[in-house]
Amino acid sequence: MAMTEQRVSYTMDSSLQTIESAEEKATRIATELGFGDDEIMQISMAVREGAVNAVLHGNAYAPDKKVTLAFEHTGSNLVITIRDQGRGMDLSKIPNPLAPENLLKTSGRGIFLMRSFMDVVEIRPSNTGTELKLIKRVHGPTAGGKEVSQ
Amino acid sequence: MSMKIGSRQVDGVMILDCSGRITLGEGSVILRDTVRDLLSKGNKKIVLNLAEVNYIDSSGIGELVSAFTTTRNQGGELKLLHLTKKVNDLLQITKLYTVFDVKDDEATAVKAFK
Repeated sequence: MAMTEQRVSYTMDSSLQTIESAEEKATRIATELGFGDDEIMQISMAVREGAVNAVLHGNAYAPDKKVTLAFEHTGSNLVITIRDQGRGMDLSKIPNPLAPENLLKTSGRGIFLMRSFMDVVEIRPSNTGTELKLIKRVHGPTAGGKEVSQ
Repeated sequence: MSMKIGSRQVDGVMILDCSGRITLGEGSVILRDTVRDLLSKGNKKIVLNLAEVNYIDSSGIGELVSAFTTTRNQGGELKLLHLTKKVNDLLQITKLYTVFDVKDDEATAVKAFK
């Protein structure tokens, strides 16, 4: 774990505990940045869903693979990056969970929820893992650039 | 807060009072096991009271869908009761609000079974 100025990053195991921890960190940092309750919930859930994808679908719980999670406060944006060390997801195979034929599927809503809750969602798959970038615009009193405390 | 489920019967309808979080892992497993146990015992009229469910993730949403379809496939019915704003919002944006039979009054939910 390291914190420098407005950026903090974590390297975490591929476990369920990582998912819970990522959500807790997102909640804490979003709160410190002055987001409202609804936005905090949205950010926390987006990070949770991203962590689920990294742990389950990316690293497949492999003990030798890590998840890195970074929060960066740029002044006007909260930028969250989640990287796994899996094989990289095939973006063309992500179904539309709102399509009638998919409504009753029991999975496949994580990326949809992230896109619903965040201002920007970028997914960059590669042979060595997937990088997910989540951006939420800061509207609260700290939008001017106050640092996140650690 | 992990998930807890209490069960009670009202006029032949099993009401599951859920509280906590329905998320990947323990919360989802508890819900799945509870519904399957009810169905295996012939209880096919089920109400999930979600009044005390303060958080649900995509895996939890998937478990609600699974409980709904599993019950329906066995000739039963499953209804949702007392959605919190968070859960209600999630079901709205995922368009599942139109799939589930959602009630905000227990007596109405019980009477709504065929």
